[in-house]
Amino acid sequence: MNETKDTTGTDGGGMIEMNHVGKWYGEFQVLSNCSTSVNKGDVVVICGPSGSGKSTLIKVINGLEPFQEGTITFNGVSVGDRTTNLSKLRSQIGMVFQNFELFPHISIIENIKLAQMKVLGREDDEARNRSMELLERVGLSDQRDKFPAQLSGGQQQRVAIARGLAMDPIAMLFDEPTSALDPEMINEVLDVMTELANDGMTMMVVSHEMGFAKRVADRVIFMDEGYIVEDCSKDDFFGTPRGDRAQLFLSKILTH
Amino acid sequence: MESGGFDTHIIFHSIPFLAKGMLLTLELTVLGIGGGLVFGTLLALCRLGKFRALAFAAGTYVNFFRSMPLILVIFWFYFLIPLVVGEEVGAFQSVLTAFIMFEAAYYCEIMRAGIQSVRVGQAHAGQALGLTYQQNMRYVVLPQAFRNMIPILMSQAIVLFQDTALVYVVGLSDFLYSADIVANSENRLMEMYITVAIVYFSMCSLAQFLVRNLQKKFAHE
Ligand SMILES: Nc1ncnc2c1ncn2[C@@H]1O[C@H](COP(=O)(O)OP(=O)(O)OP(=O)(O)O)[C@@H](O)[C@H]1O
Ligand SMILES: [Mg+2]
Repeated sequence: MNETKDTTGTDGGGMIEMNHVGKWYGEFQVLSNCSTSVNKGDVVVICGPSGSGKSTLIKVINGLEPFQEGTITFNGVSVGDRTTNLSKLRSQIGMVFQNFELFPHISIIENIKLAQMKVLGREDDEARNRSMELLERVGLSDQRDKFPAQLSGGQQQRVAIARGLAMDPIAMLFDEPTSALDPEMINEVLDVMTELANDGMTMMVVSHEMGFAKRVADRVIFMDEGYIVEDCSKDDFFGTPRGDRAQLFLSKILTH
Repeated sequence: MESGGFDTHIIFHSIPFLAKGMLLTLELTVLGIGGGLVFGTLLALCRLGKFRALAFAAGTYVNFFRSMPLILVIFWFYFLIPLVVGEEVGAFQSVLTAFIMFEAAYYCEIMRAGIQSVRVGQAHAGQALGLTYQQNMRYVVLPQAFRNMIPILMSQAIVLFQDTALVYVVGLSDFLYSADIVANSENRLMEMYITVAIVYFSMCSLAQFLVRNLQKKFAHE
């Protein structure tokens, strides 16, 4: 057994490596010189004011948005490289969206089965079994034949998480998974995410749920105007945030 | 024979003949819609796709056919296809080709609007799961686009159903032309034209009724 080197990553870095990433929408620079590294099993919470580039930072990692400067590698594979098979790379990264984005025209179980069958080539039975396992895990096995619109927001988001997990991803990205939910449904989703983190899943989570960050995160990234202005351990972040903007931001969201 | 009064016998007598005409009308409608929809969807994908040249070609095609009267397109294919192919292809084939090519231009625009009506987040979700562009279109985007577009697709289909009446110009006996033949040979214009109107009206109403039910069934969104 090779004990000298982590099995993930080929360049000695973490599972997700961003180096000096820059991205523009036309003239407008959304990401500036963003560098960070996420190791296997890390949970990183990203926060920052609206429009600071949090969603964009998440989307460049699995190539949903192209970037113009710097490099990103996921599990040793260069995301920006033209020769990279992006579909294959994406199938290894689960993604959960603010608005759930379940497919409205097919049932819950079909939502979870679809990519297993089309991307991973699983047989119908195998995909169904895996889907039921995951539905049970998020507590929704009795909802399998319903359509997304028949579920509450919290239930839909749990299904969306199950759909991502069905691909057996090695990392999960979350973009404000609870901010479209009614307050009473936030915890059911955070509980599922907490469990996932405790199981050792590598996670990047855009969220303003500071309670969740305090409980679960290893690190916190604070973004402002396209820059990563804080990237430190949770204790440092909540103990002694250095930047004024981060301090101001924190005091705003912690008081309510 | 005297042509006074409303003669219902003539209608019953000509049912087999009219039914044959209706069969042709329906055949042209169904095949025209099917072919037009497939070709139109391909055109829409080209127009929305990354390849500039394809998008431009598809756009030009659509604008061209949308500025032509259908009857002119029917004439063209009737007289041009034999010239290109080098042999007779038959009125039915040439008319069907004309319908498909013509309808595709309209279906393209309908599908383009339909595809754009699907939220970008849906495409992102499919992509993020690792679906390829084609798979994402086929399993995620197009089914939703079709569903959003059902009312417009259906009214376009009903227009085509009515437009098939134009095939008399190349000598094909569709429903209307068949009725016309009876009307003139038996000198029963009123009976036949009223019957034709009732049939067209009933069939279009039925189609609209079915569409509305279909929409209700799909309403779980
Ligand atoms: N498709 C786009 N075209 C042009 N500008 C965009 C596009 N998407 C985002 N932007 C801009 O890029 C900036 C960063 O957007 P992003 O969505 O990453 O911010 P965010 O931090 O996630 O904000 P929020 O908290 O509101 O979700 C914003 O100013 C936004 O207006
Ligand atoms: Mg955002």
